[in-house]
Amino acid sequence: MSTTTSTVASHTAAAKSVARRRETWASARTYISAAVIVIWCLLPVYWMIVTAFREVGYTYDSAPFFTHVTLDNFKTAFSSEMGNHLDRALLNSLFIAGVTTIVALIFGVFTAYALARLTFRGKYLVLGVILGASMFPGVAIVTPLFQLFGNIGWIGTYQALIIPNISFVLPLTVYTLTSFFREMPWELEEAARIDGCTQGQAFRRIIMPLAAPAVFTTAILAFIAAWNEYLIASILSNDATQTVTVAIARFAGAEPHQEPYTAVMAAGTVVTIPLVILVLIFQRKIVAGLTAGAVK
Amino acid sequence: MGTKISRMYMPLAVAATLAMALSACSGGTGGGTEGGGGGAASENLDARGPITYVQGKDNSEVIRPLVDKWNAAHPNETVTFKEQTDKADQQHDDLVQRFQAKNGDYDVASVDVVWTAEFAAKGWLQPLKDKMAIDTTGFLPATVEAATYKDTLYAAPQTSDGGILYYRKDLVATPPTTWEEMLAMCPIAKEKGIDCYAGQFAQYEGLTVNVAEAINTAGGTIVDKDGKATVDTAEAKAGMTNLVQAYKDGNIPKQAVTYQEEQGRISFEEGKLMFLRNWPYVYNLAKSEGSSTVKDTFGIAPLPGKDGPGASTLGGHSLAISVDSKYKATAKDFTAFMITEETQKFYATQGSLAPVMESLYTDAELVAKLPYLPVLLTSIQNAVPRPVTPFYPAVTLAIQQNSFAAISGTKSVDQAMTDMQAAIAAAGSK
Amino acid sequence: MSTQLEPGAIPGRKTARKGGANKEVGQDRKEKTQGRAASLLVAPTLIVLAIVILYPVLNAVYMSFQQDEGLDPVTGSFVAGGFAGFANYIHWLFQQCETPTGPASCPPGTLGAQFWSATGVTFFFTVVTVFFETVLGFWMAVIMARAFRGRTVLRAAVLVPWAIPTAVTAKLWFFIFAFDGIANSVFQTDILWTGSQGPAQAAIIIADVWKTTPFMALLILAGLQMIPAEVYEAAKVDGASAWQRFRLITLPLVKPALMVAILFRTLDALRMYDLPAIMTNGANGTTTLSILVVQQIRVGFNAAAALSTITFLIIFIVAFIFVRFLGANAVESASGGAKGKMK
Repeated sequence: MSTTTSTVASHTAAAKSVARRRETWASARTYISAAVIVIWCLLPVYWMIVTAFREVGYTYDSAPFFTHVTLDNFKTAFSSEMGNHLDRALLNSLFIAGVTTIVALIFGVFTAYALARLTFRGKYLVLGVILGASMFPGVAIVTPLFQLFGNIGWIGTYQALIIPNISFVLPLTVYTLTSFFREMPWELEEAARIDGCTQGQAFRRIIMPLAAPAVFTTAILAFIAAWNEYLIASILSNDATQTVTVAIARFAGAEPHQEPYTAVMAAGTVVTIPLVILVLIFQRKIVAGLTAGAVK
Repeated sequence: MGTKISRMYMPLAVAATLAMALSACSGGTGGGTEGGGGGAASENLDARGPITYVQGKDNSEVIRPLVDKWNAAHPNETVTFKEQTDKADQQHDDLVQRFQAKNGDYDVASVDVVWTAEFAAKGWLQPLKDKMAIDTTGFLPATVEAATYKDTLYAAPQTSDGGILYYRKDLVATPPTTWEEMLAMCPIAKEKGIDCYAGQFAQYEGLTVNVAEAINTAGGTIVDKDGKATVDTAEAKAGMTNLVQAYKDGNIPKQAVTYQEEQGRISFEEGKLMFLRNWPYVYNLAKSEGSSTVKDTFGIAPLPGKDGPGASTLGGHSLAISVDSKYKATAKDFTAFMITEETQKFYATQGSLAPVMESLYTDAELVAKLPYLPVLLTSIQNAVPRPVTPFYPAVTLAIQQNSFAAISGTKSVDQAMTDMQAAIAAAGSK
Repeated sequence: MSTQLEPGAIPGRKTARKGGANKEVGQDRKEKTQGRAASLLVAPTLIVLAIVILYPVLNAVYMSFQQDEGLDPVTGSFVAGGFAGFANYIHWLFQQCETPTGPASCPPGTLGAQFWSATGVTFFFTVVTVFFETVLGFWMAVIMARAFRGRTVLRAAVLVPWAIPTAVTAKLWFFIFAFDGIANSVFQTDILWTGSQGPAQAAIIIADVWKTTPFMALLILAGLQMIPAEVYEAAKVDGASAWQRFRLITLPLVKPALMVAILFRTLDALRMYDLPAIMTNGANGTTTLSILVVQQIRVGFNAAAALSTITFLIIFIVAFIFVRFLGANAVESASGGAKGKMK
């Protein structure tokens, strides 16, 4: 009720200042919330970075600020003499996650378009099968897959790492894209076709820009999922194709039983950076998609 | 319309057929494993060629120089070194995958002492007899025993490991030799406001090691020669009670149930712990690490026992040759090369890895470098291998879960040992 | 007033209904031409899934009816177990073990004794983590969707926890929750985080919520951004309160994305492995079904295959309930939702 009153009275100067004050308060609340979120998300990361810069001999020092600072852990992480090869692993991960994302998005857009736009029999079966692919414990897939790929000599190859990754991210990709495609203003596509576009052109020029937030969100989710995949990579990769997750898992302390925490945290810090850059790039696309939607 | 739909499901149908066909093949994996003597075990014995050697992470640059040295001398029989992770579980799973596939990916593998029986019973390891025999004269008996299954040697002992007692010589002049003596010293720690004793009591493999030591030290055993469970005996219960009582009394601090090797080491190095059961690796770190406050004030001794040195659990690795290796003559020579006296000295000096050859423990040069060797020798001479059973993964789980319940007080010792007995028995007959 | 707020006024909704009208006209002809296009579009996805998922699943189902290798007491070697019927399934569901004296209830300390407790733990973790992740994720998404300076920083920061590989995350939290770790030191407590049941479960839940909330937030954010700004403006002009706008516009329009996010989080949480494996190794009431599967694989693959199949069925039932009763169906949500709103 009070909302109605204020709307009615919105012409008076007093109400204007109330509204302004309310706006200031709202924006302050936004900043406070944002600050809380950033702290919650980054506090453990801060601890990771502190540990990453700490001398091995002081690994278990629990002083909550930078002490005994060193770059040695980063050197260890990249050291090829110690067989760690984080640099090569980074390239492998970028390649594998990149290809996975692109292929999964292409397949996913096809499938989601069919599911959202076309009428055909067996649609629910297809949906069910795709969802079903996310129901089997991943840990139980590795052994049969190892045998299958072993039989065709694929162990250690890139395709043996990429194909499982694609299948792991496809269900989410298809479901996300389908649910967003359903919400699209498809009459624009029809209008474009009346104007002489083919269905493909209409999809590319009209629908894809509108779907950009969904597509790029899905891309980020798929990329990170592939980037973080460990189980398959640990069994199916070899020294030349190993990914960052495998490389980090192979870190070791200087003595048996010694935990290489500081090196792991250094590597964790390093591998997070490309993802943050990637997210920042994709952010623009998401915002661009949003504006495109608003112009319509 | 029907054709279109069937075309749509074609990929599914193809995959299903493919899957049926392939799973029918893989269903027979268990078939070819009978016996160690026939089949693959008698093939390729004289063949020479390039091979692959696999082991866990080469922590301190020990293996790579050795492999380089071998390769320089044997250009036609080069060895490719494959590093696994640092984690025993993951090493085990990786070996199982490769051995199961039977494609000879790995020719020589470094296996943890507790896996030998399992891998041998599965028929994955080449028996080291006749043409493939490896000389183990002068090796510590416990290391050879741990690599033996059903009276056949299946792996060549490579490195050894045993538990030793670290103590604060500034607080206790002479180290305790028995468990009771050690607990009697705990008031000294209390006075200083520090904890008395800790080992590895978190629920993981380290707990099995510590519980096995307690049980063996009290005169009990976990399984007998035929692999039958023997933990419901009075001796085994007495061993378990020692741990449970010490934890209850606070002589073992409450946080010790979260301790793996590293947490205990840190507590000791920070001066918060008077006695620590751990592996030899602690020695160098406690002497040299920046944060260590006990650099000059700690000493080492054999584990405390019933009325003399206690029974340590044996650690370490052995070298096994895959039964599916294509070049077993090379594999055998490489294995022999990896356990020569010279190589073992290199393990010790370069990587702090304890030798398996008894004479090296008194080698003046080595002792100067690794002062803990004489103590470790006592420890390993009294060492008992963990249960040599093909069902080791299930047995160790039975020990861990029930002893953890007893130590943390959710189960009585009697109940825990009864359950442990039943669980080990069930592991063997499933 | 409320009629004007009907989301039916949104263009997207209209199409859904228009599509429905089209359907009635040339239903059969359309289905024919579209069916061909659809099968071509769907085929790549199905082929990839068939290779990587279907084959291992069928293989596991087949293996689950085989007995695990048994030990020949004379030679000391393992021999093939042969056909098992439903023995492996009975083993898990009724927690029955073979003992030297015949079948009996599995003794504590065997994997067989832990099936139902692992199921309980898995569901407990799933319900708690998904609940917190949804609530926190929604809140984060709403804040991220607002236009303010520094929004980019917020968005990047939110994604960081999810971007760090789980292996590193688990180590990091293990480190934080150690007895002498930073958590106890900052809060001046001496909790045995990984040494007793309540704290161990809490530690895993905190770590999981921290890590996975960004996933929820991002999906919900994408859903929020698909809502045209005009709708809010119109509602504001009509004088709808913030709560009304949230309940009548945001929630129904975000629902498809939200349901997809919750559905996939649930499926993932039901298969949770890395965090408990690294943080507690399954000790102290943190053994999930996936951890049990891994431990069983080390003991015997065929019984593990049966356990995987059971896990699959449990997850299938959960997913079915989701799709059928909660409307988490990507296809149905839009049209079904529109229908619901026509009142």
